[in-house]
Amino acid sequence: MSTTTEAGALAVELSGITKTFPGVIANKDVDLRVRAGTIHAIVGENGAGKSTLMKTLYGMHQPDEGTIRVDGRDVTFRSPTDAIAVGIGMVHQHFKLADNLTVLENVILGNEPVGSRGRLRLDDARRDIRGLMDALNVDFDLDAPVASLGVGQRQRVEILKVLYRGAKILILDEPTAVLVPQEVEELFATLKRLVSEGRTVIFISHKLDEVLTYCDEITVIRQGLTVAHTTPRAVDRRGLAELMVGSDLPNPAGRTSHVGATPVLEVHVAVAGASPGAKLALESISFTVHDGEVVGIAGVEGNGQFELCEAILGLAPMVSGSVHIAGRDLTLAGTRERITSGLSYIPFDRHREGLLLDAPLWENTLLGREDESDLSSGPFISRRRAEAESRRIIDRFGVRTPSEQVPAFALSGGNQQKLVVGREMSTAPKILLAAHPTRGVDVGAQAAIWDELRSARDAGLGVLLISADLEELIGLSDRILVMFDGRITAELDPGRATPEILGTHMTGEVQGVAQ
Amino acid sequence: MKRQQLQRAAVTAASSVLAVFVALLISAVILLITGKDPVKAFTTLFGAAGDTRVIQGSLNRATPLMISAAAVAIGFKMNLFNIGVEGQMRVALLATAVVGAAVNLPAPLHIALCLVVAMASGAVWSGIAGWLKVKRGVNEVISTIMLNFIALSLVAWAFDDFFRVESPNESVLVKTKELPKSAWFPDLVDRRLNGMLLVAIAVLILFWVIVWKTRFGFRLRASGGNPGAARVTGVHPQRMILISMLLSGALAGLVGMRALLGDVHAYQNNLAEQQGFNGIAVALLGRNHPLGIFFSAILFGFLGEASGKLQLEDIPKEIATIMSGIIVLAVVIINEAVKRWDDRRIQRKAAAELEKVSA
Repeated sequence: MSTTTEAGALAVELSGITKTFPGVIANKDVDLRVRAGTIHAIVGENGAGKSTLMKTLYGMHQPDEGTIRVDGRDVTFRSPTDAIAVGIGMVHQHFKLADNLTVLENVILGNEPVGSRGRLRLDDARRDIRGLMDALNVDFDLDAPVASLGVGQRQRVEILKVLYRGAKILILDEPTAVLVPQEVEELFATLKRLVSEGRTVIFISHKLDEVLTYCDEITVIRQGLTVAHTTPRAVDRRGLAELMVGSDLPNPAGRTSHVGATPVLEVHVAVAGASPGAKLALESISFTVHDGEVVGIAGVEGNGQFELCEAILGLAPMVSGSVHIAGRDLTLAGTRERITSGLSYIPFDRHREGLLLDAPLWENTLLGREDESDLSSGPFISRRRAEAESRRIIDRFGVRTPSEQVPAFALSGGNQQKLVVGREMSTAPKILLAAHPTRGVDVGAQAAIWDELRSARDAGLGVLLISADLEELIGLSDRILVMFDGRITAELDPGRATPEILGTHMTGEVQGVAQ
Repeated sequence: MKRQQLQRAAVTAASSVLAVFVALLISAVILLITGKDPVKAFTTLFGAAGDTRVIQGSLNRATPLMISAAAVAIGFKMNLFNIGVEGQMRVALLATAVVGAAVNLPAPLHIALCLVVAMASGAVWSGIAGWLKVKRGVNEVISTIMLNFIALSLVAWAFDDFFRVESPNESVLVKTKELPKSAWFPDLVDRRLNGMLLVAIAVLILFWVIVWKTRFGFRLRASGGNPGAARVTGVHPQRMILISMLLSGALAGLVGMRALLGDVHAYQNNLAEQQGFNGIAVALLGRNHPLGIFFSAILFGFLGEASGKLQLEDIPKEIATIMSGIIVLAVVIINEAVKRWDDRRIQRKAAAELEKVSA
């Protein structure tokens, strides 16, 4: 553990913060010192206690023990209102914007400049926001509805909103989780402007590269404790990761080719209508996944990955084209038939498509498998055998839970994901559609899931891996296809691809170049 | 292993019982305000529970409530709020009264035909709402409410213009042509408890088996719990919506049969009135579970039956109706509070497990 000398004045000083929730110690004796005018990263695995600490600083709950000092003065926050009053602002991971309102309306929402007789003074607001935008070096049409903005721009609106409320200290909760590499750079350019103006940024992340590239100081939290306070100069990527995980790092690389000769998935989409409501249609997509092969799909979200999965699952109407699974032409087959033919699906969003949150785990492991002859008898489901199967998955995939009778909502995100992965890999699939298989799970669970994917691939499973985690894509894939605007625009060799190369393809700057 | 499950069931049952007690307390306050003695009221009310005739009457009143609550509950399992049980029941009543009176069959067949006609016509009416929801995305709450009004008027018009028969001896009450004796559902206790109770219990048992034990029921609950997750496993949520709406309507069709086949033996305008709506309250109190519905229906049936005794003590019998209303309100509030508390309890336990493993 290294400590830097404290040159600048401390903007935030948290000392001895302890916060327990029933049965869990979320923070234990945590210290955090953030100097004014710096970008200070807080890194740690999911569940390490980063968010709990930030909620304490933002007044969303009170610590059991410890003191909070802002700009050298002791403060107690009873609610976020108190925190905002002393100049603390928070940009949440999930944006809290009203899509149907304009940028201007969103920025002033909740803090409207009100003139006499309750009239809104929009011109004042407009002037103030223009000033802030100039300072940030960003430009928006203030009258454009937020719905028309991209993700990166929305985030900028969130930041404007927080600044408009007079925040001097900004907390950003995993702000880059939703951004592509280029947008990440733009975000940090904005943040640099902020700190050069004397503001302070607290940046929560578990993406080590960004932290090392852009941040001034780093506090590492592990299992509720502060384990290190360091700087990018004093530590390298591996060192930081080890501080974070506390053990040896999982390694996505180290791959030998196991690609077989049997096609397990052949997709030829000339045109596929998108699911109702979606704007995007797929066009001229054609690829084959062989047994023992991992084909990665890279792309910014919303470029057709979801529609591709729907087409393969048979959920979206295909105008022309064909889908072969394990050698069978299933172009006209329903979803269930495709699944029983050897297709498995780890969905994009486990809450929306993967789990019955209120149902016990054993019912969740039965989902989609209730036709299997060893889990049912006649028209009836076999609860006893479903429970046994559930216990097997819990054991095999290391799902941490009191029992298989617990409802799924009680588990942490990583354990929920392990359960979904376990279920989808327990049907002896030939081809697995894995959409963000390790999204939002901690490093330990990520390693476990990667191991399972790898050993299943070695046993002959074909995997179509859709991921926003470029390290995961490069580390696991045998080849990488890039999707842009509903088409496959490039095929890359993961051995030679770097996040930068992928980024240029993903944003559509370069198209159709095979590496 | 099963302990957690038992605990959950116990918590659920306890919260409903608690709601009933809270409702009693509030009713006591209301009685005090109106200058009546709550102790006397309650001893009169619950003292009636010892009376065999009251018990028989309660069960008889509980019969349609069990069925209509099951109709509501099967919708709830699919996240559908079928408020249209009343209208579906009304359509089924007239259809069954007309068809039943038009044919002559041996008794068991005749009754069976009547039940089938009732279920089919109820399902047709609820199917309209289901079809609107699937094809046009019309919220079923709105459409079933509207269809209630339409059913009411349609049935009243059809009855008045086509099917009413002026009876020579009862000139005040107009009815449809009386059903032949072969369509009468036999009584268990003469003129006091009709055999439809057994049908209601069978409905509840079937409901339990189908929803909790079969693959179909599992898919139904899965699509109700998370349509997105069910969809990617190849279950069509739209089809499930239509099926559960049809099932719900079919049960709704049976609600009025105790009154029609077991009591009046002809259609008249106020027949089985409100029994479709009351099922919503019973399903809420019973937490959409067959066992809960069984006891809740008996409780509501009992309150209705025993309220007559209150009048003898110069206490308005409406207090029983007020009590039913308060019970429903208390159930909604207390269930939600208890559910939150129980969810937190379970999360705490899961979290404790995490700690144990990582420690």
